[in-house]
Amino acid sequence: MTLSNQVLSEVEYNVVGKRPVRPDGVDKVTGRAQYGADVKLTGLLHAKVLRSPHPHARIRSIDTGKAEALPGVKAVITAKDLPFAALSREELGGDYNRLKFASDHMLASDKVLYKGHPVAAVAAVNAHVAESALALIEVDYEPLEAVVDVRAAMRDDAPLLHAELRTSSMGEIGDKPSNVAAHLSYEKGDVEQGFGEADVVVERELTTASVHQGYIEPHNSTAFWNTDGQLNLWTSTQGAFAVRAAVADVLRLPVSRIKVTPMEIGGGFGGKITAYLDAIAATLSQKAGAPVKQLMTRAEVFEASGPAPGSWMKVKVGAKNDGRLTAVQLEVAMDAGAYPGSPVMQAMTCAFACYDVENGKVDGYDVVVNKPKTAAYRAPGSPQAAFGVETVMDELCQQLGLDPIDFRLLNAAKEGTRRIEGPVARRIGFVECLEAARDHDHYRTPPEGENSGRGVAAGYWMNRGFQSSCVITVNFDGTVSLIMGSVDIGGTRASIAQQAAETLGIAYEDVKPMVVDTDSIGFTFITGGSRTSFATGLAAIEAAESVKAQMVSRAAKIWDAAEDDVEYADGAVRHKSDPELRLGFKDLARQLATTGGTVAGQSNVDPAGEGNSYAVHLADVQVDPDTGKTEVTRYTAIQDAGKAVHPSYVEGQIQGGAVQGIGWALNEEYYFDNSGRMMNPTFLDYRMPTSLDLPMIDTVIVEVANSGHPYGVRGVGEVPIVPPMAAIANGIHEATGLRLRSLPMTPGKILEEQWERNGG
Amino acid sequence: MPGVVHVQAKINGEDTNFLCEPRQSLLEVLRDVLGMTGTKEGCNDGNCGACTVVLDGRIVDSCLVLGVEAQGREVQTIEGMASPGGLHPLQQSFLENAALQCGICTPGFLLASRALLDAEPDADEGRIRHWLAGNLCRCTGYDKIVRAVIQVSTAPEK
Repeated sequence: MTLSNQVLSEVEYNVVGKRPVRPDGVDKVTGRAQYGADVKLTGLLHAKVLRSPHPHARIRSIDTGKAEALPGVKAVITAKDLPFAALSREELGGDYNRLKFASDHMLASDKVLYKGHPVAAVAAVNAHVAESALALIEVDYEPLEAVVDVRAAMRDDAPLLHAELRTSSMGEIGDKPSNVAAHLSYEKGDVEQGFGEADVVVERELTTASVHQGYIEPHNSTAFWNTDGQLNLWTSTQGAFAVRAAVADVLRLPVSRIKVTPMEIGGGFGGKITAYLDAIAATLSQKAGAPVKQLMTRAEVFEASGPAPGSWMKVKVGAKNDGRLTAVQLEVAMDAGAYPGSPVMQAMTCAFACYDVENGKVDGYDVVVNKPKTAAYRAPGSPQAAFGVETVMDELCQQLGLDPIDFRLLNAAKEGTRRIEGPVARRIGFVECLEAARDHDHYRTPPEGENSGRGVAAGYWMNRGFQSSCVITVNFDGTVSLIMGSVDIGGTRASIAQQAAETLGIAYEDVKPMVVDTDSIGFTFITGGSRTSFATGLAAIEAAESVKAQMVSRAAKIWDAAEDDVEYADGAVRHKSDPELRLGFKDLARQLATTGGTVAGQSNVDPAGEGNSYAVHLADVQVDPDTGKTEVTRYTAIQDAGKAVHPSYVEGQIQGGAVQGIGWALNEEYYFDNSGRMMNPTFLDYRMPTSLDLPMIDTVIVEVANSGHPYGVRGVGEVPIVPPMAAIANGIHEATGLRLRSLPMTPGKILEEQWERNGG
Repeated sequence: MPGVVHVQAKINGEDTNFLCEPRQSLLEVLRDVLGMTGTKEGCNDGNCGACTVVLDGRIVDSCLVLGVEAQGREVQTIEGMASPGGLHPLQQSFLENAALQCGICTPGFLLASRALLDAEPDADEGRIRHWLAGNLCRCTGYDKIVRAVIQVSTAPEK
């Protein structure tokens, strides 16, 4: 395994950088781990949601009478049961539209905006009865013309989703309703002058389809609204505090009335931040006076949770004959789904972040369409932009006759590079990633087989900080309990425990991490954005430092010494001048009970020192000229992790992200019929990669320390999904001579391009 | 309300009696009637393999089998994979090779992998990839899962 997965370490630690077994591992290989769907409560009811069959329609009326009369049905709700129905425009003022969108997203009031939009919900003694009751609810719809394509939705004559939505552009609000929620723009230097100086200019239009995160566990929520007014929620989420905030907003409750317990989560990738079911389950529970559990079906997950946006892009790049970039430009429109809020800003800020170029301009449009509201998906916005930029850069390299890695080294962003939207890069590892790619056996060995080719592409994600809280308490046997609010999706308990153990100088096995509910820890932002190992890690480190200081003070008390004469090093306290006075962590822990009680360290952080992530991917593909099918035959992902806390899980993030990217590149898309209905809401027809479709995914972890973290940690989870689509497109070009400019690059599209080139 | 049926089956070696509705799947019976929530639901239409169990020696998607079909038959689930003495070698290998991230697909992969190695102890990478193609994992890209199974296999090339 060492050959195919390399870690280029610069600094070694005792625990950080090692590969221990994860604390939640045994529960997860024996089936004992409790996920959201596994929650059992006495008197539990089961809920189902009635969803719109139309992608766009006005609701004339809803009659729930027959459903309510069905034996076994305990509660039926519609948007009329949500607080928004009773609030007036005057009361809400400027918050009216925002709350209307949030409330209507839970249960539609006047219009449905996508197939799958919730219109009513039923709680019954079991899910079968609830489902039978849905069939008895009568909804009178007035179907409206739908629009699902982002460019079509921008046209003046497009059907309008929201009568009151106007374009916000540079602080100005448009004078008429529009599906374009926002227009954003960033500029650096003078692009016209830059393109004027170029010897070669390439300009292309590209599109990407809507894709889904594809987590295997469907959304779920269990709610119990107690008679004392306390609302308890158990759910699979990337952020218990995000669920609490969203439910408090829609149900107009103070956050202190809601306790959210995050259950184990079966994958999220950004898609389990939005609370789709919790407010519905809560309202049903209040009405029925019993706990209510609700699970989505797979079709509901596809049709009514948040996919990543489809996009349209125009990319223009110019360079001198020696390869030096003179100007870059991007225009990108992203579909937000039914309500505003696509990640178009991230697409704009990530698009050219790999390049040090004097002149650049990016324009972005956030556009509503009749699809489910988009949600985050791993480096949201960046993969679409990278598909556009990195394939056009490849074409530029081809025209200039330059090696793609040499070209990128010539133009690479580095410390001091100012990005188009303003920020100046601190120490980053893009050059080191490019060098590792250039020197890798993969790059030095030609691709194997007929009709094969190799593609190179790079990617960027800024990574995030945000707030985290941790508490560390010392047990009298010398172990510590590490309490945190960051949900563990893929090894968080391990990576945070390793950082705590390293800081305390104790064994990893002596740290017992646990993820707790919103009443039991301070506010902690979501697990997402590649922030958790960095920010929650920092919180654990600070809490551990507080424990160390208290252990020093306790030892001073025991020894009747001055605190300044006692120090903490290598997991022990010792007197600076008396070598006889030394207590190991466990020995001192045993004395805590009789010298004043336990020691607890606590920390809240909101760090600003996140370190940017860069990645370079190499993809070998083989294209069957008869069927148009592309097979990935060899794949290597190189990435700067800053410091890999648990290299196996860093490799896992890289491999998983790369494979999601391979699916995005070749197979995955929301396929709509002419009326705007998704036609493929199953795993059979929405084709994600299987083990049979893939080679091993080789990794190289580059470690250029992030100065904003004591162990150099950057984030790792987002950026591996950014380069694959372009890497594969560039590989297909080398294999076939065809430039695919529309995702996914299905066999059908490749054959069509081939026929067109060959004259039909 | 439909009537319930009495079913007698052997589950993880234990003679088990349960009542279920004719429309309930084996997956529902395991999870909701018997409280064995180690078997996971990912799609409920036979496309993801998260609910894989072994029925009379063959792996099946328990969402595609009715509870009443278990009558007189033997069912093995993830709850029966470890012995009182410790984990099955595949469970241990999954842990050591970091072959799980979120863990929701893990029970299905473990049962499918065990069925393969029980029948073909020397399965190689190609055979393992082919056999496991009915189980979807979205976190790992399969790399570490395949390696974890290879490590337990007796195939000469590792």
